[in-house]
Amino acid sequence: MHDAYKMFLGPVHPALEEPIFFDFKIVGEKVIATNLKPGNAHRGIEALGMKRNPIQVLYLSERICGICSVSHASTFSRAVEAAAGIEVPERADYIRTIFCELERLHSHILWAGLLAHEIGFHSVLHYGMKVREDVMDLLEYLSGNRVNYGVYVIGGVRRDIPKEKHEKIRQSIKYYNAAFEKFKDVFLNDKTIRMRTEGVGVLTKNDALKLCAVGPTARGSGLNKDTRQDWSYLAYGDIGVKAQLPSQVTGKINGDVLDRTIVRLLEIKQSAEIIERCIDQMPKGSLVSEPKAAVILSRLKNAEGEGIARTEAPRGELHHYVRLAKKEVVDTWKAKAPTYNNLMAVPVMMKDAQIADIPVIICSIDPCIACLDRVSIIEGNSGKSMNKYDLHELCLRKSEMFGKIERGHQ
Amino acid sequence: MRQTNTFKKSLWVFHLNTGSCNGCDIEIVATLTPRYDAERFGIKLVGTPRHADVLIATGPVTKEMADRAKRVYEQMPEPKYVMCVGSCGSTGGVFYDSYNTLGGIDKIIPVDVYVPGCPPRPEAIIHAFVKLWEKMDKKAEKSRPVKKRKQANKNKTVNKDKTVKRSKIVNKRSTILTKRITEQK
Repeated sequence: MHDAYKMFLGPVHPALEEPIFFDFKIVGEKVIATNLKPGNAHRGIEALGMKRNPIQVLYLSERICGICSVSHASTFSRAVEAAAGIEVPERADYIRTIFCELERLHSHILWAGLLAHEIGFHSVLHYGMKVREDVMDLLEYLSGNRVNYGVYVIGGVRRDIPKEKHEKIRQSIKYYNAAFEKFKDVFLNDKTIRMRTEGVGVLTKNDALKLCAVGPTARGSGLNKDTRQDWSYLAYGDIGVKAQLPSQVTGKINGDVLDRTIVRLLEIKQSAEIIERCIDQMPKGSLVSEPKAAVILSRLKNAEGEGIARTEAPRGELHHYVRLAKKEVVDTWKAKAPTYNNLMAVPVMMKDAQIADIPVIICSIDPCIACLDRVSIIEGNSGKSMNKYDLHELCLRKSEMFGKIERGHQ
Repeated sequence: MRQTNTFKKSLWVFHLNTGSCNGCDIEIVATLTPRYDAERFGIKLVGTPRHADVLIATGPVTKEMADRAKRVYEQMPEPKYVMCVGSCGSTGGVFYDSYNTLGGIDKIIPVDVYVPGCPPRPEAIIHAFVKLWEKMDKKAEKSRPVKKRKQANKNKTVNKDKTVKRSKIVNKRSTILTKRITEQK
C-alpha cells in the first residue's frame, strides 16, 4: 500500500480557465479526498452595487460573468422590477427570452468544445469555437455587441427584433440544428470520448438532492428540475419548457460525465426550438414600460420593497435578491450563482477518480468562478479567510457575549 | 504589416486570469481558434510561464491574485512582454472603487501593451499583437551592437536622398506658385 500524498491544483493552472484552488489527497493514482478553496476572483461586486443606483448596477451586474452576462442582467432587472412594481411589456419579455436562449446556446457549445479539449480532442474544440462564432455573429447582429450585450434596461429592452431580422435568425437555427447532429454524433458514437466519460465522476440522484445541485448537473443525475419549467418566467410560460433528461437518449440515468454532456447537447436543440417559437409568437407592443430613464430612476429612488428573481442560467438556477429603501442607491443586493451549488458536488464526484480524470470532472459541472466568488470573510489583518466552522464559533461567541451583558443587567 | 525579424519568430503566450469575468478570456480563446486564427502567426497558448514570451493578463487584480501575478511574471524567462486585455486590467474598470481589487495590472508588473474594451474584440487583440511586434523591433534595434547599427544606418542613406529630392521638388513647386501669385497681383 502506498501512503497518501497531497496534490495541489490551481489557482493558476492551464487545466483551469479561472482561478480556484483544489487540494487532493491521493493514494497511488486514486483520489481519496478533495478540498477546494474559492475566493481568488472575488471582486466585491455586491458591495459596489450598494454604492450605485439601480440603473448603474444593471451595467455592473452584466460584468459579474462574461459568459452568462444576460442571465445576471435579466435576473437583476426582474428583481428590481419586482421590488419597485414596474410592469414589463409582453414584447420585451419575448425579446429577453430570445437573448437568454442565445446565451445558453453559445455557452453550451463552448462547453462541449472545452470538454473535448480536456479529453484531448482539439479538433472538436476548434469545431465548437467555429460554430460558436456563428452565434456570436447573430448576437452582434441583434444587439451590436459580442459579449456584454447591454440589451436589458429596467422595465424592458433597449433594442427591438423587427421582422427583417427574423430571416437571419431562422437561418442560424438551421445551422445550429446541423451542428447539434454533428456534436451528438461525436459525443455519443466516438469510442474514446465514451471511454473517458462513461462511469466517470458519478453523482447519484440522492447526492444531487442532498447537495442541492442545480441545472444540467442536477438533470444529469436524474432530477427533473428546471427553473423554466417549475417557476416559469419571461415568455417560458407561453412556450412550455420541459426539463431535458439523459434518459431520453440512453434510456437510463447514471449521473456520470456522459449524462451531463447529453443534457447540455439536448439543451442546444431545445434552445434553438424556443427561439424559433419566440419569433413565431412574438406579440406587438412597446419595448419599455417607460422610455425616459430619468423617470424610471426617480421612481426607483422613491420605491420601497424587496424583490427576488430566479433564472435558469446556462449553468443552473441563478438567484438575485434586491431591496430598495427610498434611497438613491440599492439598499441590499445579493446574487447567488449556480456554480456555488454545483461546486459542492465536485468532492463527491472526485471520490475514487483517477488523477487524469480530474480536469474532465471539474469541466463537467461547467464551473464559473467569476459568478461564484461573491463573499469572503477575512479574519482581522491575517489574510486568512474564515470557513463555516470559524463563522459558527464567532456566532456562538457573540450570543455568549450578549448573554453576559443581559445577566449583568439583571 | 512589414515582415520584420521579430515577426518571423513565434510568440508563445501564457494567459493569466487575475479575477476577470471570463469575457476577455473567451475572446482570447476566440482569437486563437479558427475564425480569427492567430495561431497562423505562431501565437500559441502554453501551459507554463517558463515557456512563455508574452503574458496576457485579464481582469482587475484581486488582492488574492496580486502576489500570484507577480510570481508568474518572475518565472518567465527574459526577454518578456506583458499584454493587458480589457478595461478592468488596464485601469480597474467598473471595479475601480472595490475593496478587494487593486485596479490595473500595471500596479504590480510592467505592462507593454494595453487593449481597452469591455471586452475587446478579437480583431483588437490581434492589433495589439502587431503593436507588440513593433515594440519588440524597436527594442531589438536598440540592443543591436554599435557596428551593425552603423551599417544599417549606411543603408538608410539611400532613403535620405529620396527625401531630399522630394523636398527639392516641393520647394520648386512652391516657388512657382509664389511667382504666379505675385504676377497676378
